[in-house]
Amino acid sequence: MDIVKQIADGLERGDHELVRARVREAIECRVETATILEQGLVAGMNVVGERFRNHLVFLPEVLLSARAMSAGMELLRPLLIRDAVPGRGKVVLGSVRGDLHDIGKNLVGIMLRGAGFDVVDLGHDVPPERFVETAEREQAQIIGLSALLTTTMSGMGEVVNLVERRECRGRIKIIVGGAPVSDAFAREIGADAYGFDAASAVERVQALIAAG
Amino acid sequence: MEALAKRLARGGTVLADGAWGTMLIERGLLPGECPEALCLSRPQILTQIAEKYLDAGAELLTTNTFGASPLKLRGYGLAHEAQRINRRAVELLRQAAGERAWVAGSVGPTGALLAPYGDTTEGEAYAAFELQVAALAKAGAHAICVETMTDLREALLAVRAARRVAPEIAILASMTFDSTPRGFYTIMGVSLEQAVAGLSAAGADAVGSNCGNGSAAMVEIGRELVRKSGRPVLVRPNAGLPERREGRVVYPEGPEEMARNARRLIELGVAMIGGCCGTTPEHIRAMREVCGSVGLAHLPGRSRPDRVASEAKGP
Repeated sequence: MDIVKQIADGLERGDHELVRARVREAIECRVETATILEQGLVAGMNVVGERFRNHLVFLPEVLLSARAMSAGMELLRPLLIRDAVPGRGKVVLGSVRGDLHDIGKNLVGIMLRGAGFDVVDLGHDVPPERFVETAEREQAQIIGLSALLTTTMSGMGEVVNLVERRECRGRIKIIVGGAPVSDAFAREIGADAYGFDAASAVERVQALIAAG
Repeated sequence: MEALAKRLARGGTVLADGAWGTMLIERGLLPGECPEALCLSRPQILTQIAEKYLDAGAELLTTNTFGASPLKLRGYGLAHEAQRINRRAVELLRQAAGERAWVAGSVGPTGALLAPYGDTTEGEAYAAFELQVAALAKAGAHAICVETMTDLREALLAVRAARRVAPEIAILASMTFDSTPRGFYTIMGVSLEQAVAGLSAAGADAVGSNCGNGSAAMVEIGRELVRKSGRPVLVRPNAGLPERREGRVVYPEGPEEMARNARRLIELGVAMIGGCCGTTPEHIRAMREVCGSVGLAHLPGRSRPDRVASEAKGP
């Protein structure tokens, strides 16, 4: 089997040791960095995301694949920088103020990095100002907000309002997600997109950046 | 009071209380504030909510300790208060309920993923559950309610901890399922059959499902549970799934709709019903009507819990 296909395969199976070994091998064999990323890691992760959405696999499988993705990215990142593979965009990510949950948010971060985005992860319990200030300083195009609780999801609207007040709405788009969050909720608070799960969050971010 | 496990095994449906979180928010819990810390800082709020559920006809009250595992309290810098919070939560409800209702100590997930998916070891999770369950049992809880679990390994650790530190206590164990084309599974991939078999074997007196679904979907889950479980089944639906209306988060399902589905659950032979997120004393009152007053008649008064009352003077 072709080595890039083996990488995708290892990712699908969540085998981080295999992925690390094959990515190292591919780099030594001078396979193009972009090929390893796109046709290996990202292709494999897309399969897992699709299976998750169709309830064929569950969170444990996705978490293992995410770990394999991280293992591959660790080796690949210096090369992506060296080869100046153009970044696809920058995302500032975090769980909103008062929310201490970050399993879902971390997953989105790994998938975004895997899809080639630069991610600035602010962690959990992040106040609105910090999201917006970081996005401005880092010249990020996207702010990604996560909340697991109905008590904290209101904080998402505060971030949207703050972006509006600072008149950077044109430059910074906002995507929201998390268990209690819905498409209708995202629309109501004026967010630009809603990610139902980590895979769809990546698709939405791609679409937002493509739309400029 | 009759032992809860015995009562559950005897047949008929026990009515539990509804949500606490949404009631706490109405009474001033701030976004980002630790809900369990109210047991120490504003205990009168918990007593008020308990009174409302008792008035509505609940026979079982659930303590405000869902997130009172030291692993979860750590996020608020309150891990050192875990024992005190759990103890106080039981005392408050025992005092409010007297002989009118059983008090179940709520034990939710630790919020951390077990290895290899996360960094928490089974030993750490078990130790956290043991500490929490011991505090709840020692303070006089009639039951331990392991709830909203999605990882069976984690749920089993909690059930085993309860079985070990309080061998006589009634254990209610419930998980949160999603409907998939292949049946009901938790987000961690635990099937309803696996949940029932695992929890029963670990020593749960009742197994069931709470959260994640409105009452209509919970009738389907209840049907499966009754079919597959040799133990009494408990079902606690949300008041639908949260929506946002006019700037507020609301749960759309009203008391009438929930009572209609509660009737179907009772007809299926579900041993305990109650509410989860978004349900209110009005929902429980409506469910009380379909339960009839059968359950209450089976709660003979006995000795007053004097020890608890004397300890409950406040921090």
